[in-house]
Amino acid sequence: MIVKLNGVKKSFPIERGYLKTASGVVNAVDGVSLEIEKAETFGLVGESGCGKTTLGKLILGILKPDAGSIEVGTKKIQVIFQDPQASLDPKMRVYDIVAEGLVLQSSAVRRGGLNLPYGKIAKGQVEEMLDLVKLPKGALNKYPHQFSGGERQRIAIARAVLTDPEFIVCDEPVSSLDVTVQLQILRLLKDVQKKFSITYLFISHDLRVVRFMSDRIAVMKEGKIVEEGPTQKIYSKPDHDYTKLLLDSILNI
Amino acid sequence: MNILQVDNLKTYFYTQHDIVKAVNDISFKIKDNTVFGLVGESGSGKTLTVLSILRLVPEPGKIMGGQILFDGRDLLAMDEEYLRSVRGSRITMVFQEPSSAFNPVFTIGYQIAEAILAHQKIGEGKARESAMEYLKKVRISDPKKIFYDYPHQLSGGTKQRAMIAMALVNKPELLIMDEPTTALDVTIQAEILDLLKEIIELEKLSILFISHDFGIIAKMCDEVGVMHGGKIVEMGSAHNILTSPKEEYTISLLESVKALA
Repeated sequence: MIVKLNGVKKSFPIERGYLKTASGVVNAVDGVSLEIEKAETFGLVGESGCGKTTLGKLILGILKPDAGSIEVGTKKIQVIFQDPQASLDPKMRVYDIVAEGLVLQSSAVRRGGLNLPYGKIAKGQVEEMLDLVKLPKGALNKYPHQFSGGERQRIAIARAVLTDPEFIVCDEPVSSLDVTVQLQILRLLKDVQKKFSITYLFISHDLRVVRFMSDRIAVMKEGKIVEEGPTQKIYSKPDHDYTKLLLDSILNI
Repeated sequence: MNILQVDNLKTYFYTQHDIVKAVNDISFKIKDNTVFGLVGESGSGKTLTVLSILRLVPEPGKIMGGQILFDGRDLLAMDEEYLRSVRGSRITMVFQEPSSAFNPVFTIGYQIAEAILAHQKIGEGKARESAMEYLKKVRISDPKKIFYDYPHQLSGGTKQRAMIAMALVNKPELLIMDEPTTALDVTIQAEILDLLKEIIELEKLSILFISHDFGIIAKMCDEVGVMHGGKIVEMGSAHNILTSPKEEYTISLLESVKALA
């Protein structure tokens, strides 16, 4: 097991007026316990405002929980966000974007006394990684705006995977993409996972996408996990009424 | 009869270096009391087709040719005054983002009544009554309260219901819906689509329905045009397109959808 959450709570104050006096709280994450096994994809599905992203941020350590415990069994964590337009620095070239994580890591190592010639290593590794995410070599010296949405998400994946993570939080990684491109990116994520045995927390509002990716699924509503189980079971025999409602809302052709 | 007939419509954008053919010679017809769907990926030209019909193409875009017959008259040949009498009255719209389609500083009731007063010769009291009636028709749970609410006080789903009410108050001959449920959660989406289906049956509406989602198209439309790169690559009954597509692009699009289903 790589991630273990026990009774995790996080609330935000509702502020009103000029003085921002707190007039109430939103319980964004309200007593969540879950376990994520190594090398599996754990799907977290729910509607907007249910607390999925807050939970992702708590696991990443960006937010601190108000109560409960979060254990993450690795320091090699990465994240892939929904909108690559926003998550890639528009003034950096692809090479710098992808290599940055590695450079930062090795300079940390260097401070500890190991002087790694990261520049040269990184270049080869970055090229290899771009090849893996099926971007042409010429991409190296271009800027994010010169790519389509799908290609930009490939860059974000390359950046995340290059640092050799054991665990990646994917927060709605394909929601801003067209359906044909969605499928390509999901397949790429699966390939990468197999190759490097990475664990995913896969957050999405789209039940079809979550089913395609996940081994196990948790359904979240109003800060709580209402149902959790193997993907097959959730989709064939849902217990909770809310899960049934979500499944009934899928439009098939 | 056809409520709308588009022939060889061309809408181009002129940039400094080249011409982008956003709508590249498309033709289609919408029969009375039917729902015609335009489906395609982002950038395929769906929304620009809508904007061309309404003559609202933004600069540097230009309609370069074709004709758009509505009620026997070519909208491309009409003057601004005539277009004003058509927009919001005989042809109405529901857009993707209800929060940006409403004016944030007026109440919902005021805005719907305003739409009525702009096109019908009735008194304010009557307009308000009519607005209230339509808020009930789209099954908003507490119409008396919502009438006096501002847009930011409503949830996305309620806002879109109010938007639909506003699009119906002037009894349009053609209703254009551009991704009306894309901004909503799946459960709300299902509710809104069910409501729309009911209203379409009841009021015998003619609709141009834009979506990127084949699931929605399958549920809502009688006929479908598949758009790609500014062209309609395939057109036919929704059933035929979905079950036996002929064009390579349509096939690949449907395969992607099915792989996830």
